[in-house]
Amino acid sequence: MPWRRADGDAGLMRFRRKREKIRRLMPAREQKDPGRGVFTRRALLLMAVQTAALGTLGRRLYDLQISNGDHFAKLADRNRTSKRLLAPPRGLIVDRFGVVVAANKTNWRALLLPEETTDVQGTIERFSAIVPLDDRDRSRLGREIRHKRKFVPVMLREFLSWDEMARIEVNAPSLPGVLIDVGTTRSYPFGPLLAHSVGYVAPSNEQDVAKSTLLALPGMRIGRAGLEQSQDVLLRGQAGSVEMEVNAVGRVMAELDRQEGTPGDEIGLTLDVGLQQTIQNRIGDMAASAVVMDCRNGEVLAMCSTPSFDPSLFDSGVSRAQWAEWTNDQRTPLIDKTVAGVYPPGSTFKPAVAMAALNSGLISATDRFFCPGHFDLGGARFHCWAKHGHGSVDLHLALKYSCDVYFYEAALRIGMDRIAEASHALGLGTDLGIELPHQRPGLIPTPEWRQKHKHHWNGGDTVVSGIGQGFVQVTPLQLATYASRIATGRAVDPHLVRAVNGDIGGQVDPQHSPEIPMDPKYFQALREGMFAVVNEKHGTAPKAQLTIPGVQMAGKTGSAQVRRVSRAMRESGHFNSAQLPWEYRPHALFICFAPYDAPRYAVSLVIEHGNAGADVAAPLARDIMTDTLLRDPVNHRTLPGQTVADAG
Amino acid sequence: MIRSIIGRCLGRRWRTRGNLAEGLSLEGNLGGHFPGASPLPCAGDAGICERDFLMEGLALDSRKPLRRFRKRLLRAEPSFRILSKLWRVSWIYVLLICGLAGVGYIALYSAGGGSAKPFAGPQAMRFGFGLVLMITVAMLPPKALVRISVPLYVVSLALLVVVLRAGHVGKGAERWVMIGGTQVQPSEYAKVALALMLATWFSRVSYARMSNPLWLIPPAVMVLVPVGLVLKEPNLGTAVIIGGIGAAIFFAAGMRLWQIALLVLPLPMLAKIAYAHLHDYQKARITTFLHPESDPLGAGYNIIQSKIALGSGGMWGQGYLHGTQGQLNFLPEKQTDFIFTTIAEEWGYVGGAAVIVLLLILILGGMMMAIRSRNRFGRLLALGISVNFFLYCLVNLSMVMGAIPVGGVPLPLVSYGGSAMLNVMLGFGLLMSVWVHRNSRFGEEPDEQA
Repeated sequence: MPWRRADGDAGLMRFRRKREKIRRLMPAREQKDPGRGVFTRRALLLMAVQTAALGTLGRRLYDLQISNGDHFAKLADRNRTSKRLLAPPRGLIVDRFGVVVAANKTNWRALLLPEETTDVQGTIERFSAIVPLDDRDRSRLGREIRHKRKFVPVMLREFLSWDEMARIEVNAPSLPGVLIDVGTTRSYPFGPLLAHSVGYVAPSNEQDVAKSTLLALPGMRIGRAGLEQSQDVLLRGQAGSVEMEVNAVGRVMAELDRQEGTPGDEIGLTLDVGLQQTIQNRIGDMAASAVVMDCRNGEVLAMCSTPSFDPSLFDSGVSRAQWAEWTNDQRTPLIDKTVAGVYPPGSTFKPAVAMAALNSGLISATDRFFCPGHFDLGGARFHCWAKHGHGSVDLHLALKYSCDVYFYEAALRIGMDRIAEASHALGLGTDLGIELPHQRPGLIPTPEWRQKHKHHWNGGDTVVSGIGQGFVQVTPLQLATYASRIATGRAVDPHLVRAVNGDIGGQVDPQHSPEIPMDPKYFQALREGMFAVVNEKHGTAPKAQLTIPGVQMAGKTGSAQVRRVSRAMRESGHFNSAQLPWEYRPHALFICFAPYDAPRYAVSLVIEHGNAGADVAAPLARDIMTDTLLRDPVNHRTLPGQTVADAG
Repeated sequence: MIRSIIGRCLGRRWRTRGNLAEGLSLEGNLGGHFPGASPLPCAGDAGICERDFLMEGLALDSRKPLRRFRKRLLRAEPSFRILSKLWRVSWIYVLLICGLAGVGYIALYSAGGGSAKPFAGPQAMRFGFGLVLMITVAMLPPKALVRISVPLYVVSLALLVVVLRAGHVGKGAERWVMIGGTQVQPSEYAKVALALMLATWFSRVSYARMSNPLWLIPPAVMVLVPVGLVLKEPNLGTAVIIGGIGAAIFFAAGMRLWQIALLVLPLPMLAKIAYAHLHDYQKARITTFLHPESDPLGAGYNIIQSKIALGSGGMWGQGYLHGTQGQLNFLPEKQTDFIFTTIAEEWGYVGGAAVIVLLLILILGGMMMAIRSRNRFGRLLALGISVNFFLYCLVNLSMVMGAIPVGGVPLPLVSYGGSAMLNVMLGFGLLMSVWVHRNSRFGEEPDEQA
C-alpha cells in the first residue's frame, strides 16, 4: 500500500503492524479509558458465568435425558398407555332341550375412571346434572371409589337409554374420565320358575375382588345362588384386555393391542323347563318341593321349590321392602327346599328300615310281627297310625299298610347303626354332591351322634326313628335319589349339569352308577312293597295309580309330624290334624318311581304342612309322574301299552 | 490469552469484511483509528464517523482526491449511507438468529401436531416482521437511540402501571398468562427500555464518576421501579430478568467492588430478618413456591410432565413428530414456555444440547459485540441486551428442567408468542445498531480520553 511504501522502513513497518494488531486485540488500552478496560474484563467475566450457567444446564439435561432416561421413558409410557380389561360375556345356561334359562342382555353403562379425573366429586356432580343419580347410586359410588383401585372404572349408571347416552357424549369434554361402555346384564327368561336351581348373580363385592381381579371389572357379576354360584368359574370366562394410547385428557388416540376375552362356558342342564312349568302349575302356591329324577342316571329333570322369587331383582339390587317380604314369609321363598329344606321323612323312611332289616340278616322278608295298634317299650307306648292295629304283618304287608308297629319292632331289633348304614347307602342323610350350594345333608341319627351332643340314646329314639320321625331329617332331593336307588339298585347320584359347551359327559349311560352292594332280592322286596302301596287293595295310596294304560307306579306315602301328638289329644278321639294351625300340621310326603317293571323316573314330593301324604301328596305325585312320562318324546313312543292302546 | 483468541477471531472476520468492502469500493481497508488523527466526535451521523477518522488518518494516501469525492458522495446521498451500514451488519449473526427461529419453526410445527397452521405459520410471519424491525433499528445511530430511550422508558413504565390496574380490575392475573390485552406484554418491553435507559445514563456517567455512589442512586431507582411493578403482577421470572439486566449493567459499567460488597453482604441478613417478620401463611406460600413437587397435580404437574418428556427423549430422541408427551398433550404450554421440552423429547439430548450451544453462541456473540464497541453507550446497551437474552434462556431452561419454579418466561425466538418475539428482535436490532456503529465515539467525554 502506498503509504507503507513511502514509509520505506521495514523495521518500523513491522513495529507499526504489531502495535496495530495489539491495539485491535486490546482496544481498551488505546482508548486510555479505564472504564473500557474494566468493562472488557467484567464482560469477559460475565461471559464465563454465562457459559458456565448454560453448561450446567446442559449437564442437567444430560442427567435427565441420559442418566435417568430409562426411568422417565417408563413414566412417559405409563402416561400414554392405558390398559383396560374387557369383561368376558358370561356363559349361557340352557335346559336339556337347549332352551335358554339364563341369558345376557345388552346394557349401556356409564363408567368413571377415577384416575383420569382430578376432581372425582365434581365430575359425579356434573354427570348427575345430565343423568340423575339417586342417593343409593351415590353411596354405592362413594364406596366403590374408596375400595377399588384408581385404574379400575366404577359404574356410574346402568341401563342407559339412547337419549341419556347422547347427552353424555355431547357433554364429554366436561366429564373427564367418564366413558360409555356396552355391558351385559343377566336375564332369566323364566323368572321365578328356575330361581332356586339356576340361582342368580349379583355385582361382585370387595371380598370377591380379593379372590380374582377379573371380578373387579365393572359389570362383572358373580353367582350368588344355585348353579350360577356353583358353576361360576366356568360361566365367568377369561378377561380380555385392550391397550390404548391416550392423550393427556384420556381421549383414546389409538388402540395398541387387543386381546379378546374368552366367553364363559355354556352350561347345559338336565332340567326340562317345560316339565318344570307343568309341575309348578300343579303345585300352585303351596309351600312344597318336588324333584323329578331320571332314576337310571341321576339326571334331575325338574326341581321345584315353591313359592319362588324373581332372580333378576338381585342383579340390580333388591329393595328393602321386597327383602322383608321374602324373609317374613313363613313359606320361605328364598330357600331352595329341594336341597336345603330338611324334613322328617315319616313313613317314606320305612323302605330304608326294611332294607336295613333285610340286609342285617336278622329279619327275613317273611318274618311276621303282630301289630295290636301300639308298641310298648319300657313305660312308653308308641302308637300305630291305625288305632286298632294291622294284625300279623310281614315285610310286604308292613310296607303296603305302612304299619308303624312292624317298623318299631324291626328298628329296635336291628339297631340304629344298621338303619343309618342302609339309609346312607340309599342316599338319605348324606351329602349327594349335586351342583348346588347351600345343600344340607340332613341327618340319620345314631347313638354315637347323640352322644356327641352329650345326650343318652335310648330305645325310644330308635323306635321313633324306625318310622322316620324323631331326629331323622332328609331333603326332597335325597328322597328322590332314595327312590331312584330302590328302583334301580344302583348308587345313582343326582346331578344338574348335563353338558358343558354342548359336550355331554358319559353320564347318560345307565351303567355309569355302581351297584349298591346289597342283595338285589332285597331291592325287589322293597319294590314289591312299594308297588303294593299304590296298586294293591288296601294299599295306603290307591289314589296314586297311574291312568296311563300299561304303566304302573310304585310309591310310598309319608306323613311326618312336626309336633308330638299328646295323649290327651289322641284319647279325645276326634283328633284331626287338619284343624291344627298351618305350621303345626304334618308334612305330606310321597316318593315314587315308574314304570314299575322298567324304572325310568323317580319323583319325590314334599308338601309342607300338607297333612296326609296319602291324600294330598300321592295324587299330586301321580300327576307329576304322568306329566313326566307323557312328556319325554323318546318315552312317548316306547311306552309299553301306549302303542298297544294306539293299535287297539 | 482468552482475550487474544477472541480478539483474533473477531479481528480476522472484521478484516475480511474490510477487504471485501474495499473490493466493493465502499469504504476503506482498515478499521481502527490512527494516532494523531483528530478525535473528531461525530455530530449527527455516527455512521460516517469511522470513515471520518479514516479520511483524516490517510493524509498520505495518494488516492485522497478520489476518497474525498466518495466521502462527499456518501454524505450527499443518504441511500449510500444506508447501504454501507447494511454492509456492516453482522450477517453471520443474523444467520444464527434465523437458525434459532428455524429451530423454533420446526418445534412449533411439531407442537401444532404436524401442522404449520396453529403455531409455526403465524410465528414465521412474526419473525419476518421482527427481522425487518431488527434491520431498521440497526440503522439507527446511537444519538437517535439515546433520544428515544427516555420516552420509551417512561411509556413502558406507564404501560406496566396500566397492566397492573387492568389486572386488578380483571381476575387475578396468573404468572404465565399474557397480561395487558390481547398481544402486548409490557413487561417484555420494559426490559429493552431499561437496558436502553441505563445505557443512556451510564454513557453520561463515566467510570471515574461512578466511584461516587450518589451517581448510582438514580439508575438504581430506574431498575427498582419496573422490578417492583412486575413483581406486583406478579411475574417473578420477568422481575428477576429485569433486575438481572440492571445488575449486569451496573456491574459492567464499573461499579466499584466495595460498592458491590456493601450491597451484597447484608442481603442474607436482611432476608433473614424479613422472613422472620413474615406471617405464617406468607412463609407457607414461599415454601410452596420453592417446592412445587409437593403439589403434583397443581403447580408441580407441569414440571413433572416436562421432566418426563425430557427424560423419555434419551440420546437421540423419539423422532420428529413422535414425542408422546408432546403429541398427546401431556406437556402443558408445549408451544410456549415448554417448547424446549418438545425439542428435547423429539430430538433427544443431541437436539437439546445443540439448541443450548446455539443459544450460547448468540449470547457470547452479543457480548463480544459489546466488548468491541468503542463507545460506552453502545457497550452497555449491547451488554444489557445480551444479558437479557441470556437470562431469558437461563430462566426458561432452568424452569423446563425443573431447577426453578415455573415462571412464565418463554424461550426467545423459539416459543410461540408475539410480544417476546418482537421484544427479542427489537433487542437484536439495538445490538446490531451498536455493532454497526461500533466505531462511533458517541458520548465519550473528552476529559476521560486524556
